[in-house]
Amino acid sequence: MLDNMPTVYLTIVLAPLMGAIIAGLFGKTIGRGGAHWITILGVAIATVLSLYVFKYHVMDSHAIYNGSVYTWLVSDGIKLEVGFLVDNLTAVMLVVVSFVSLMVHVYTVGYMHDDPGYQRFFSYISLFTFSMLMLVMSNNFMQLFFGWEAVGLVSYLLIGFWFTRESAIFANLKAFLVNRVGDFGFVLGIAAVLLYFGSVDYATVFASTAKVSGQTLQIFPGHPWSVLTVICILLFIGAMGKSAQFPLHVWLPDSMEGPTPISALIHAATMVTAGIFMVARMSPLFELSETALSVVMVIGTITALFMGLLGLVQNDIKRVVAYSTLSQLGYMTVALGASAYAASIFHLMTHAFFKALLFLAAGSVIIAMHHQQDMRYMGGLRKYMKITWLTSLVGSLALIGTPFFSGFYSKDSIIEAVAHSHTPGASYAYVAVLAGVFVTALYSFRMYFLVFHGEERMDQHTREHLHESPWVVTLPLIALAIPSVIIGGFFVEPMIFGKFFGPAIFVLPAHDVLAHLHAHDWKEMALHALGTAPFLLALGGVLTAWYCYRINPKVPAWCARKLSWPYKTLLEKYWFDHLYQYVFAALGRWLGKVIWQLGDVRLIDGVIINGSANSVGRLARWARQVQSGYLYHYAFAMILGLIILLVVFVPGLSGKMLALIKIS
Amino acid sequence: MGIEPILFYSFATVLLVSASAVITVRNPVRAALFLVLTFFASAALWLLLEAEFLAVALVLVYVGAVMVLFLFVVMMLDINLARLREGFIKFLPVGLLIAVVMVAVLVLVVGPEQFGLAKFAEPARHNADYSNSRELGLILYTVYVYPFEIAAVILLVAIVAAIALTLRHRPTTKYQNSTEQIAVQRNQRLRIVEMPSEERK
Amino acid sequence: MANEIALSHYLILGAILFGLSIAGIFINRKNVIILLMAIELMLLAVNMNFIAFARYLGDSAGQVFVFFILTVAAAESAIGLAILVVLFRNKRTINVDDLNQMKG
Repeated sequence: MLDNMPTVYLTIVLAPLMGAIIAGLFGKTIGRGGAHWITILGVAIATVLSLYVFKYHVMDSHAIYNGSVYTWLVSDGIKLEVGFLVDNLTAVMLVVVSFVSLMVHVYTVGYMHDDPGYQRFFSYISLFTFSMLMLVMSNNFMQLFFGWEAVGLVSYLLIGFWFTRESAIFANLKAFLVNRVGDFGFVLGIAAVLLYFGSVDYATVFASTAKVSGQTLQIFPGHPWSVLTVICILLFIGAMGKSAQFPLHVWLPDSMEGPTPISALIHAATMVTAGIFMVARMSPLFELSETALSVVMVIGTITALFMGLLGLVQNDIKRVVAYSTLSQLGYMTVALGASAYAASIFHLMTHAFFKALLFLAAGSVIIAMHHQQDMRYMGGLRKYMKITWLTSLVGSLALIGTPFFSGFYSKDSIIEAVAHSHTPGASYAYVAVLAGVFVTALYSFRMYFLVFHGEERMDQHTREHLHESPWVVTLPLIALAIPSVIIGGFFVEPMIFGKFFGPAIFVLPAHDVLAHLHAHDWKEMALHALGTAPFLLALGGVLTAWYCYRINPKVPAWCARKLSWPYKTLLEKYWFDHLYQYVFAALGRWLGKVIWQLGDVRLIDGVIINGSANSVGRLARWARQVQSGYLYHYAFAMILGLIILLVVFVPGLSGKMLALIKIS
Repeated sequence: MGIEPILFYSFATVLLVSASAVITVRNPVRAALFLVLTFFASAALWLLLEAEFLAVALVLVYVGAVMVLFLFVVMMLDINLARLREGFIKFLPVGLLIAVVMVAVLVLVVGPEQFGLAKFAEPARHNADYSNSRELGLILYTVYVYPFEIAAVILLVAIVAAIALTLRHRPTTKYQNSTEQIAVQRNQRLRIVEMPSEERK
Repeated sequence: MANEIALSHYLILGAILFGLSIAGIFINRKNVIILLMAIELMLLAVNMNFIAFARYLGDSAGQVFVFFILTVAAAESAIGLAILVVLFRNKRTINVDDLNQMKG
C-alpha cells in the first residue's frame, strides 16, 4: 500500500474525515471515549502517513506528485478536479498540520474533560484537520478554495463552540464577517486567474505566466493595471483575511473566545498560516509583480510591529499570545514580501510548534486557575506546575528568537532577508522587524513573569487547588517543546541555505535575497548572532520585562500614567474595533434595516405578496357579484355566450349583423 | 297554393300565439293549458314533417303525463300569485330585447339563404303504406339500442329520484315490517290458555 | 306566399319559439313553474329543428334524437317538479328571489 502514493495521500485526508463523521454523527452511540479514540486514531494515521510522505519526498527525493483523483465537473473546457500536488512544501505543511493536530487532539482529552459538547468538539477538530490537509495538498485553485472555506467554517463553529456565551457568538460572527471581506478578494482573484489563464490548475497557470505577465486591464478608464498585480493583490486580500493581516486582523484576538485547543490549532499553528502558505504556493505569480510584493511587505510590516505593541497592554493570557501570533504572522508576511518564501515557510513551521506550545501551556494554566484568564490574578505558578512552567519558558525563548532555539533560526533569517531586500518598503520593514524583536521579547517575558513568577495574586480557594495538569495535557506540551527547541537547527541549512523546496517555490534571481545570506551551519549561525542587533534587542526586551515586572513593578503603572494617550490607543487597539463597529457594521446594519423595511416589508411583503393576494381578493370580491345565485342572471350569461359564439363561429354572420345594424 | 302551406302557417300561428300566452298570462294554470295547446300545434306541425310517431308521443307523453303533472303541482301548491308577478313589466323590455336579438341572430344563421328551397328541396312525400313507427323502431332497436337502454335507465332513476325527494316520513304512518312478519314464532301469536271446563248447566 | 314550405321556414319557426322562451325566462323570473314551462318550450323549439332536419335531409337519426330528448325532458320535469314540491314544503315559497342561499 505504501508504494501506491495516491492511496497514501487519499488516506491522509480521509482518515480525519472518517473520524469527524463518526464522532459527529454517531457521537451519542460511541460515547465520549469512543469519540476521542476514533478521531485520535484518524489523525494519528494521517500523522504517520504524513511523516512517511515527508520521508518519501524530502529524504528519498522522489519526484513531485501532481495528479487528480476525481473530476468534479467539466464546463466549457474548464476542468474542476480534486487533485493532489505533493512536493516538499506540501510535505512540510502536512507534517506540521497533522502533528500539531494530533497533539491538540490528545490535549483536548484533558482540556475538554467536563464539557458536554465533547464529541462535537472532536468531530469539529477532525473536520478541521481534513479541511486543512485538503487545502495544503490541493493542486488547483478550486480545491484550495474549498479547503479555505472549510477551515473558515470550522473556525466559525469552534470560536462559537460555547454558543450560549454572547461574547463567543459575537466573536464568531465577527471572524466570519471579516473573513468574508478577505474571501471576496480571494474569489475575485481566483476568477481573474480563471479569466486570464483559462484554468484553475496550478501547473497550467504557473506554466503560462509569461503569456499573461505583460497584459494590462483597466478597471478605471485611463489607468491600465498589470493583470498579474491585480490577481496577486486580490489573492493577497484573501490571505489578509485568513492570516489576520492588518487591517483585517480584528477577528483573531476575539477568536480567543473559543476553547484553548482551538486557539492553538486553528488560530495559531495552522489555519491562520494558510494565507502564508497560499502566497508561497503562488510564488510564480507574486514574483512577477513588484507592486504586489511591496504591498505584501508593507502590510506585513504594519502587522508585525503594531500588533506586537498591542500585546504589551493585554491582561488576558490568551490575548497576549493572540497578539503575538498576529505579530509573528506579520513577520512571515514580511518575508513573503521580501521574496524569502523559504524563510517564511520555515518560520511558519517553527512558529506552529512553539506557538501551539505556548497556547497549550496557557490552556494548562487556565485549567489550573479554574478558567481564570486574567494574568493580574496569577503569579508564582512555577512552583505548582513544573512541566507547564518549563515548556512555557521553552516556548517563550523560541518565540523571542534566543539562539539555538527554533524561533531564532527562522526569525533571524527573515530579518537578514529583509535587510538584503530591494522591494520598495524594505528599509522601513527592516526597522520595524528589528523593533518588533524588542517588543516580542518584552511582551513574552511580561507574560512569563506575570504568570510564573512574583507574588501569588490568586484567591485562597484557587491557590489550594493548584496542581499540575493531567498527563494528556502535559504530554503534548513536552511533545511540542522538543521540536520548538531543535527543529530550527535541524532544518535551517536545507531550508534557508539549500534548495529544500526545489521547484515548489519560484524566486526570480534578482529577488533571491536568501542567496545573499552567508552560509553557516546551525552552530556558527547561533554563535555569530550573539553580538548582532536582533539578539541585543531581544535581550533588552527580556531585561526590560524583568525590571518592570520583577524588580520595580511600579514602572508599568507609571508609564501608563505618563503616556496616557498612547496607552489608551493601545488599550483600544488603535480604535479599529470602533471604526469597524460604528462605521462599517453600523452602516451595514442601517443599510440592511432600510432594505428590510423598504424592500422586504413594504415592497415584497406589502406590494408583491400581500398586494397580489389583496388584489386577487379584491378581484374575487368584485367577480363574486357575478355569482348572484339568481337563475336569470345565469341564463342571461348563457344566452350572451351563445350569441357571442354564434357571431364568432358562424362564417359571415358578423358582416350580416353589421349590415343589419346599418340599415336600422 | 296547396293545402300544406295553409296548414303550416295556421299551426305555426297557433303555436307562436299560444307560446306567447304561456309566458305572459298571469295564472300558472292557464299557462299550463296554453302550453298544452302549444304542444298540440307542434304535434300537428310534426305530422306535416312526417314524424307521426313522435307527434303522437308528444301528445301522449307531454300532454297526457307531463302537463298533468304540472297542473297537479300548480294546483297543489298554495302560490301567492301577486308576488310572483312583480317585476313582470320591469323586465319585459330586457326580455324582449334579448329575444329579438337572439331571434335576429338565429334567423341570420338559419334563414332562407342557407336553408332555402334552393339548397334543400322538399323531399317527396312517402306513400300511404309508409310506417314512420316501423322506420323509427328499426333503427332505435338496432343502431341506437344502447342509448335507448340508457334512456330507460334515466327514466327509472328519475322515478326513484322523484319519489325519494317527495317522500315524507310521518311518525303516524304505519308500515309493514315483512322481515318481522316472516320471522314470527308461533308462541308470539298464539297463546294457549288452560282453564277448567265448566259443567253444562 | 310560396307554394312549398322550405326547411328554413321550420328553422325560423323554431328560432322564434326559442326566442319566446328566452323572453319568458326573463319576464317570469320569479315563478319557477313558468320557468320550467319556458324550458319545455325551449326543448320543443330544438325538437322542431331536429325533426325538420330529419325530413329534409332524409335521415331518421334526427327523430331518434327527439325521442331521447323527450325522454330526458320528461325525467327532467319530473325531478324538477319534485324539487319544487320539496322546496315549497320547506320554505313555503317558490319565489326565485327567495332562493339564493347557494350563492357565493
